[in-house]
Amino acid sequence: MRKVSAAAIHLFLIMASVVSLFPFVWMLIGMTNSSSDIVKGKFSFGSELSTNINKLLDMTDLGGAFWNSAVIAVIGTVCTLILSSMAGFGFEIYRTKGKDRLFGILMLSMMMPFAAVMVPLFRMFSSMGMLNTPTAVILPTITTAFMIFFFMQNTKSFPRELLQAGRVDGLGEWRLFTHVYMPTMKPTYAAAAIITFMNYWNSFLWPLIALQTPDKKTLPLIVSSLASSYNPDYGMIMVAIVITTLPTVLIFFLLQKQFVQGMLGSVK
Amino acid sequence: MGSKWNKSNLMGWQFVLLPSALILLFSFYPMIQSLLLSFQSGKGNVYHYVGLSNYARLFSDPMFKQAVLNTLLYLIVQVPIMLMLGLVIAYFLNMPGLKFKGFYRTAIFLPCVTSLVSYAVLFKSIFAVDGILNRMLMSIHIIHEPIAWLMDPVWAKVAIIAAITWRWTGYNMIFYLAAMQNIDPSVYEAASIDGASKTRQFFSITVPMLKPIILFTAIISTNGTLQLFDEVVNITNGGPGNSTMTISQYIYNLSFMYTPNFGYAATVSYAIVIMVAVLAFLQLKVGGEKK
Repeated sequence: MRKVSAAAIHLFLIMASVVSLFPFVWMLIGMTNSSSDIVKGKFSFGSELSTNINKLLDMTDLGGAFWNSAVIAVIGTVCTLILSSMAGFGFEIYRTKGKDRLFGILMLSMMMPFAAVMVPLFRMFSSMGMLNTPTAVILPTITTAFMIFFFMQNTKSFPRELLQAGRVDGLGEWRLFTHVYMPTMKPTYAAAAIITFMNYWNSFLWPLIALQTPDKKTLPLIVSSLASSYNPDYGMIMVAIVITTLPTVLIFFLLQKQFVQGMLGSVK
Repeated sequence: MGSKWNKSNLMGWQFVLLPSALILLFSFYPMIQSLLLSFQSGKGNVYHYVGLSNYARLFSDPMFKQAVLNTLLYLIVQVPIMLMLGLVIAYFLNMPGLKFKGFYRTAIFLPCVTSLVSYAVLFKSIFAVDGILNRMLMSIHIIHEPIAWLMDPVWAKVAIIAAITWRWTGYNMIFYLAAMQNIDPSVYEAASIDGASKTRQFFSITVPMLKPIILFTAIISTNGTLQLFDEVVNITNGGPGNSTMTISQYIYNLSFMYTPNFGYAATVSYAIVIMVAVLAFLQLKVGGEKK
């Protein structure tokens, strides 16, 4: 009886894994096939890889898009980490009624749908003449209540004695933050970095609004515009999808533990 | 001592001031702007107050009604399926002595790292009329002729629901799995000795103990579904005939696709604000009660 149910569970989990992995296999196979073969559901490797790559390079500024995505994701992540950790440190270490109240208000922003702020944001950046720049993409999510919360949660277990020891040694509060807090919290920063990088790298709606000329576009915008044409060329789109997905999959496999910890930081 | 504390309290404000100001500037200020805009109408930069007429239009707008109904349908059908599936998978993966756990967990979680646009386009190709899905279903004789997934108002919704489930089930599973690992195994042992079956243990021990985390995932999933945009735009672009259009896409279209109407778009966006608030309140009420 026990053997039967164990087999059933394995069967179920194998099916779930196959379904989960299938689109990844599909995109790798698709990358090597012509568009018509892909749409006809051909499920074996073809010989169109170099044709697809060349077509993609001819049609789009792929290198440029990769660069735009990377600039936004890297600069955005660095700024977000600095600002959110400052706030997390400030809110948790120097706890007062006033700060708790402010934090409560900031948390409300987590419930705000982006659709409700996108038009005013668009008008705001347009009146500042900042549309179509990486800065415009980065700024609206440069600090999020979620990341502040994440750093606060992790700061709860930060050993306060380290701060006392630093103060005795004559360090100022900013030096305590940069020289004591930051190095101690490295794992927290790593987890936060992965989550933030992925959010910036994969973001679509706001870049779609904020970035207007082809030379500024990011990878998801390229994939979307290729796929929305009247007669999409799936062969080259698959190459673009693989290139878009590869960095995040690599990060996941290299830093799986931190990534999962990062997600769980929100519910600790 | 007292002055020293005050000094470090002041220092504390230095750390939180800039980040807080940025959130106020990029979240709260636009929210207020949006509210003001929802009472205005106009073109270009010339806007004037029109009172409640945008709100009046909302209630007689068939496209808005359709977008709300579609979004609620995704919510009612997809969120429970996904949470249940995530919970069951996590329960299996948490069983002591199960082999290949690491592989299953990684495989099922992997979809969560893909960009919403990329996976949406992948699913679009999978759901093509003579595409791989129809071929597979036909080869195992589940269907006899190809289904025009994305050209049919009902099947297109099914395709979108399947896609979202693929992307997010593993995400919820990770939260459940972590919570389950905090449950003391002796609780299950005691239940086994008392003769409770695995199914019984799942419903009488696991689910009740995970209630706070189920509530958390329900709220974030609801929030996410009400904001659904990337998938629908890239799989069906709202079609056929607006049958898959979501509220977010409608707001985007009103602002940037049709003749721009920022005032009315802001009004529609406040409809989402209200829905998010009401649903979060209801879930907290239902989920928090029996504590």
